[in-house]
Formats: sequence, structure tokens, C-alpha cells
Amino acid sequence: MQVVAKKPDSLTDKDFHYCPGCTHGIIHRLVAEVMDELDIREKTIGIAPVGCSVLAYEYFDCDMQEASHGRAPAVATGVKRVHPDKVVFTYQGDGDLASIGTAEIVHAANRGENITTIFVNNAIYGMTGGQMAPTTLLGQKTTTSPAGRKKDIAGSPIKISEMLAVLDGAAYIERVSVHDVKHIIKAKKAIKKAFKMQLEGKGFTMIEVLSTCPTNWGIEPVEALKWLEENMIPIYKPQVLKEAGEGE
Amino acid sequence: MLADIKKVVIDREKCKGCKLCTTVCPVSILTISEEINSHGYHPSEVTDQSDCISCGQCYRICPDVAITIYKED
Ligand SMILES: Cc1ncc(C[n+]2csc(CCOP(=O)(O)OP(=O)(O)O)c2C)c(N)n1
Ligand code: SF4
Ligand code: SF4
Ligand code: SF4
Repeated sequence: MQVVAKKPDSLTDKDFHYCPGCTHGIIHRLVAEVMDELDIREKTIGIAPVGCSVLAYEYFDCDMQEASHGRAPAVATGVKRVHPDKVVFTYQGDGDLASIGTAEIVHAANRGENITTIFVNNAIYGMTGGQMAPTTLLGQKTTTSPAGRKKDIAGSPIKISEMLAVLDGAAYIERVSVHDVKHIIKAKKAIKKAFKMQLEGKGFTMIEVLSTCPTNWGIEPVEALKWLEENMIPIYKPQVLKEAGEGE
Repeated sequence: MLADIKKVVIDREKCKGCKLCTTVCPVSILTISEEINSHGYHPSEVTDQSDCISCGQCYRICPDVAITIYKED
């Protein structure tokens, strides 16, 4: 018998603490598979966020550093400038990256820091119990928008990838999803491309991954994949938003 | 022996019974067990190994990396 697919070496043996069906786990696996395939585990330094993935340093079998809430791109900047020969990535939720950490991600992208950000957008604050995030959809019910998010009170869902794409320093920005196998395969390709571009010294790369939070969305995992497809995809269209060298 | 060949192996202690794998299997051989693992979850189990085509879809969607796929040489 021959192994077709198994846990990548770049993941530790620790069981994920994520809720059943939470797609943080799929995204972790994709990043680890890419590290394996590019053979970069020994020279990769990951920066973990605050949020449900705060314990990411327990799961990735490379060097890891925890950052305070939203500050992962700033920490990654320091790490990469001291170790320009290393591969440096941040793994951040939408509360971490698009709310408290907006300044850090904007300026890291604008400076063209040669790092890769994995931006996990599940349209809610997972860890703290399901509060509205800047990425929450209009009409989406959360604990702090019990009647649904209203534009006149909370504005519209913020499209971080579109925002960052206009910055000169951004070399590659793509939005992907993990709601079915076809999209999972595409998501991995995008993550691989971003890491490769970092290895080539191209500058700031970010992959936004649409993800589920069955627990705080209050639905079953299988239903959550469907909810993502039907509600998030129309607002957050999976696409390449920036590829340096194209049309410049 | 053919009966011993396992093409899909699910780690019942890692599995959280989320059912995602059961929805993607093209030959519908994955189902949620009546049994309970030590974490209190009903793990996914394989009804008929010989029907598995080693396509890897269940591995790809599993959020807990609980599945290993093999194929015959
Ligand atoms: C300085 C600071 N402010 C607020 C918090 C509370 N807090 C912890 S996680 C979090 C948001 C997490 O949401 P997200 O980044 O979307 O990640 P998820 O949990 O959904 O994966 C907040 C507000 C904190 N830990 N530190
Ligand atoms: S609260 Fe939501 S984001 Fe956090 S682990 Fe559970 S399902 Fe995943
Ligand atoms: S590898 Fe394919 S056929 Fe085999 S159990 Fe998994 S999804 Fe089903
Ligand atoms: S997808 Fe993974 S965790 Fe979910 S039921 Fe199947 S084997 Fe278990």
C-alpha cells in the first residue's frame, strides 16, 4: 500500500482545539502542506495572532512567535528584517487583522514587507463569543448586532483585500475559500504562490481565506459551508486582486 | 488478503464527528458512528473499505487531519 494523503510533517501531533467542523483546521493543514512541498519548514517563522488561532504555535512545526492582538504584521516586519533569509508568515483572523490590527496590516503592506499573511475571514469574532467584526455581513446577526448588522450604524463589511490591493507595496493578494474540495485545492495553490513569491523577494503577499465559525454562526458544520457559499461568496468574491507585474 | 486492505484510515480519537467527510465521499462509504470517542464525539467510520477509490476528498475537507488515505501499489 502506498500513502496518498496524510498529515503533513509541518504540523505537530497535537490535536487542534478548534470546534468540530471549524475550517481553521483546513487552513492550518494547507499552510503546512505548502511548507512541506517547498521544503521550507526549517527556515520558516510563523507569527500567531490573538483569536481562536492564538495557539497556532502549538500546531505548526516550525519556529513560531506569538504577537499581541493585531500586531502580527509589525512583529513579522521585525523578524524578517533581522532574518531576511527566513520565510516569515502571519496567521490572523478578521477581528485581529481588520479591526484592532488595521494600522499594522496597512502599513506592512504599504512598505512592501517581504512577508506572507494568511488572513482568515469568518465574518465574526470567534474566540470572544461571536461579536460583530468589521467583516460581518449586512443583516448578519451577532451578539453585538442581535437584529442584524445595519449599514447606518456599523457601516458595510470591510473588504481588506481590495483595500490593500491599491497599495504599491502589495505584490500578491488573492481571496480564496475552503467551503468545498474544489475551492480547497485552489486555496492551497494560492498559498503556495504567495510563499514562493516571498522566496523570490517580491514583497508583501496576502491570501484572504473565507472560513466558517459554526459555533458562533449557530449552525451545524455542514450547513456552515453552505452559508459561506451562499452569503459570503457574493460579497467577498474569490479572485486575484493584485499581482505585481501585471498591468504596471 | 483483500479483506484486510484499508484504503481510508480515520483516527477515531482525532475525529470530532463534524460530518464534513460524509458529504464529499463520491462512493458514500463514510458515516457517523453510534460509538463515542474519549472526547465525547461520534467519530466518522468506513462502511466498506473495498469501495474506496482513494480519491482523497475526505482527507481534503477534514478540519482535524484525522484521515489517512492509501492506495494499492
Ligand atoms: C488588546 C485586546 N483587545 C481585545 C481582546 C479580546 N479579543 C480576543 S480575540 C478577539 C477577536 C478575535 O476574532 P478574530 O480575529 O476574527 O478571530 P477568530 O477568533 O474568529 O478566529 C478579541 C476582540 C484581546 N485579547 N486583546
Ligand atoms: S469559535 Fe468559531 S472560529 Fe473559533 S474555533 Fe469555534 S468555530 Fe472556529
Ligand atoms: S478517499 Fe474518496 S472514496 Fe475513499 S473514503 Fe475518502 S472520499 Fe470516499
Ligand atoms: S471530516 Fe474529519 S473530523 Fe469531521 S467527521 Fe470526518 S473524519 Fe471526523
